[in-house]
Amino acid sequence: MTESLISKSIKRNEDPRLLTGNSTFIDDIEFPGMLHVAIKRSDYAHGVIKSIDTSEAKKIPGVVAIYTAEDLGDYWKAGPLQVPPPTAIPGAIFHARPLECIAKNKIRFSGEPIAVVVAESRYIAEDALDYIYLDVEMLDYVGDLEKAVEPGSALVHEDLGSNLAADVVQEVGNYEKAAAEADVVIKKRIVTTHVAGGAIENRGFVAQWDDNMKILNCWATTQGPIPMRNSIARYLGLMENQIRMINPSIGGGFGPKIMSSQIDDVIIPWIAMKLKKPIKWFEDRRENFLGTTSERDQVHYAEIALKNDGTILGVKDVFYHNTGAYDPYGMTIPLNTQTHVISNYKVPNYYTEIKMVFTNQMVVTPVRGAGRSHGIFVMERLLDAAAKKLGMDPVELRRKNLLPPEAFPFKTGVTGQDFVENILDSGNYPMALEKTVQALEYDKFKKEIQPKLRAEGKHKGIGIIMFTEGTAVGPYEGAKVMVGVTGKVNVVCAYSNQGQGHYTTLAQICASQLGVKVTDINVVIGDTGQFQWGVGAFASRGITLVGTAVHQASLKVREKALELGSKLLNTPKEELELEDGCIRIADLPEKSISLGELAMKANPTRGTVEEGMEPGLEAAAYYGPPHGATGFGCLGMIIDVDAETCKPKIERLVLTDDCGTPINPMIVDGQLHGGLQMGIGESFYEKLVYDEYGQMVTASYMDYLFPQASDMPAKMEIKHSVTPSPLNPLGVKGIGEAGAICVPACFMQALEDALYENDLDIVESSLNPSMLFHYVQKAKSA
Amino acid sequence: MKPAPFDYFAPTSLEEALEKLTDLGYSGKVLAGGQSLIPAMNFRMARPAALVDLNKVTELSYIKPTQDGGLAIGTMTRDSAIEDSEVVKRLFPIIAEVMPNIAHKQIRNRGTFGGAVAHADPAAQIPALSLLLDAKMKIQSKKGDRWVDAQDFFMGPFMTVLEPEDLLTEVLLPGLVPGTGTSYKQISRQRGGYAQAAAISKVVMDGIKVKDVRVVLFSVAETPVLTKEPVRVLVGQVPTTEAIEAVAEYVAQNECDPGTDIHGTAEYRRNLVRVLVRRSLTEAVERARK
Repeated sequence: MTESLISKSIKRNEDPRLLTGNSTFIDDIEFPGMLHVAIKRSDYAHGVIKSIDTSEAKKIPGVVAIYTAEDLGDYWKAGPLQVPPPTAIPGAIFHARPLECIAKNKIRFSGEPIAVVVAESRYIAEDALDYIYLDVEMLDYVGDLEKAVEPGSALVHEDLGSNLAADVVQEVGNYEKAAAEADVVIKKRIVTTHVAGGAIENRGFVAQWDDNMKILNCWATTQGPIPMRNSIARYLGLMENQIRMINPSIGGGFGPKIMSSQIDDVIIPWIAMKLKKPIKWFEDRRENFLGTTSERDQVHYAEIALKNDGTILGVKDVFYHNTGAYDPYGMTIPLNTQTHVISNYKVPNYYTEIKMVFTNQMVVTPVRGAGRSHGIFVMERLLDAAAKKLGMDPVELRRKNLLPPEAFPFKTGVTGQDFVENILDSGNYPMALEKTVQALEYDKFKKEIQPKLRAEGKHKGIGIIMFTEGTAVGPYEGAKVMVGVTGKVNVVCAYSNQGQGHYTTLAQICASQLGVKVTDINVVIGDTGQFQWGVGAFASRGITLVGTAVHQASLKVREKALELGSKLLNTPKEELELEDGCIRIADLPEKSISLGELAMKANPTRGTVEEGMEPGLEAAAYYGPPHGATGFGCLGMIIDVDAETCKPKIERLVLTDDCGTPINPMIVDGQLHGGLQMGIGESFYEKLVYDEYGQMVTASYMDYLFPQASDMPAKMEIKHSVTPSPLNPLGVKGIGEAGAICVPACFMQALEDALYENDLDIVESSLNPSMLFHYVQKAKSA
Repeated sequence: MKPAPFDYFAPTSLEEALEKLTDLGYSGKVLAGGQSLIPAMNFRMARPAALVDLNKVTELSYIKPTQDGGLAIGTMTRDSAIEDSEVVKRLFPIIAEVMPNIAHKQIRNRGTFGGAVAHADPAAQIPALSLLLDAKMKIQSKKGDRWVDAQDFFMGPFMTVLEPEDLLTEVLLPGLVPGTGTSYKQISRQRGGYAQAAAISKVVMDGIKVKDVRVVLFSVAETPVLTKEPVRVLVGQVPTTEAIEAVAEYVAQNECDPGTDIHGTAEYRRNLVRVLVRRSLTEAVERARK
């Protein structure tokens, strides 16, 4: 029997090279004669370009060239859209304004590129930036989501006549009727916060044009190497296989690195071909804050209608979504918000409307969470308000309304980011809730511990919330499995890895079919020279889509090995086994052939072969799900607040999570730890802030605070349940975003409970001690 | 985030350093630990024409006990060396208490005591400590040496009495009276981050009454603040809870001027001053009583 390595917490294949400093990151790539790029970015948020004067900058010794949009001539063009418009939703209005890689006539956000300097060193290139003069006719800054769509607002795209980028209504049942019949209707204005992706490694791009071979070699931190390669091919008029796009090691992605049609992929390859020199651009942290994408900025007008016994009759949510200056990523984020508001509960009537708004801010594209956390935050805040109003325990209210295990697969009636109806494939929500409730000893805390603490003047609160994580959307991914002559195995795909552990998990899946050691499997990710098809790392889809493709390709190779082994060992397939890197007769293990030898035999060099034969112990497979697989969980926290300084401390954190079959539970825990840290960051530390002129005031880690190890709870108590997805053979779902999306809702509930004397009504997904202080002051004076 | 071009000099003796500073005048800038200057240069917010790097001037790095029970600290002494020093812990437990709050260990391994004093960041701990401990600053230049009291040293945010040709070479801390109680309280957004408000207290008791008291605030005004109200109200009095609370309230309302920024409003930071003054004074009194 081939040993299954699925669900084993084995050590990661990639760690030795990462921990010993033997990985190549983009900034490690050097070539003789390499030139370096620095980007001149606009200091203005909104204005018409009158002129850009680069003449003085060009005189600086070591400056090789400077390009503005004008210098690009016909090569300059906006776009394309990276995600198509939501035409699948009836009545959807969407105005496409794809990204301009470099501003041509107008500046639409502070940080927008206006010129590209090429110099002998990055130092010289940055010196030159100081001597590029931009003359702009200033326009009013558009920053407030609600005011932006009022008549009279300045316009980000004048030709549209409005800053409304999209309006999408979806309705299930009839909310107005439900509200009219309800005992209680609660209305709230809820705001979610603008946060950065903040990968430890910024973006980078290296391009080298081989003029003899007519091959463009590119190294990029992209999360989507194939789409980026294809985009470059189209821009430059090259065949896809004239471009080899390689992901070196990447230090985190979190979403923003999925973007293409930027300076990286549009202009740098063009310069490399034009100058016939290797070119490197490596973004610095300030640029990353100003010019890379971010998200979370929404304003919700949300309502919930209930019966007095707590039964939810309906939810209405009309929300403004900030898409920034352009909308290249379509409506992925707000569509995720629409599906995640109602994905835990029985909500028979649901009205949801997206008003997507252009502003003079950096472009908004998914950041780990991608709309999900907003939906969860809105629904859980509504439920907390309802529990207060009805005098019900918040856990009891949730218990009453959760979708029951027998409801799955459950059609929500709302179209999701993949443009098909959102179907929740499987789940057991009550189990997740009860696991967290029990681990935290919720009833004991509420009835015994908390009253005592309150009598002593202490402020400890508890929060418990539910969430789902829509994961693993299409269209597809693929992979190829190849046994080499040494008996070692290659697994290749054109996905992208930013630290998710694919070098191990994909190997585990393959090893489980081929009976080789995980350490004997070499996983290649993100090299378009080795695999030609794929989409990219987003929406927690890697292990489900690529993993399933690897599984299926491994099964094919296994079958091929068994067929060939059967011939060579003169034994029926059924009596053979793959183990220890060999194919052997199960009852006579000494009669065996190594996989390496088998690979040699599978590639005959003389003689004849049967018709239809495919050489090599190799196979490719592709997998695309009909719709996403939905993970779920329940987060609980106990927070101790210093009521005088409004400083909170997370005393306990219990997360029950279900991502179907975990391939490597240790790696799943790691994803949750990192996600929870991002969620804690959003709740109390991170916030992108623009001033009244559209200047970002948080463009460094001095001002933009990431949670540190010392801000984390001493322990993250993670409980697992396993509800396999019926959609794929391994039963897996994604896990990348679960931790990040559940925290703010739980955090605010626990804060309100801790500062119970003041009956707070927290309506923001991100606070700091000062904001909490003012919530308390406001409540006191009310 | 690369600095603008600059000249670089690395003298190996104090004499050479002073000479270079005189030569360079306003175009020269002293590089000590570099933990504030280098980031400012990388952001191109600071563009010194020339740096005079003191890292090779080894004679400026020392911690020497003085006859009155105090310490003479050489300007290039690393923050970590002070943090880990047994003699500092014994003579000035307040310094040992404060040091771990300055940024992070890696930064303290490079940052220097004198560099922090000369940088005069209003949100920094070391200038405030020097004010609390009544430090004397030794300033040297080609023209000669002089001593300036901490109270007279800080002129404004990032501004001191130092002239371009001057070098702060030593910080002299007079010994503490036996039985002195001290306490440090700060609130920052994160461990190692800038304080949103901070208070350091020093109390000497005479029986049940306060004999001497000093409370310094920082991060809530343009320079560290040596408060007046505690001295006016508490000396010669029993430091009751009510008396301390009243002092803290007065100081918060009248002796600081915190601004509003993205991390906190002035009102919130005044509230912190009140809480932190009360907490640090209360603890300093308790410690002085022991």
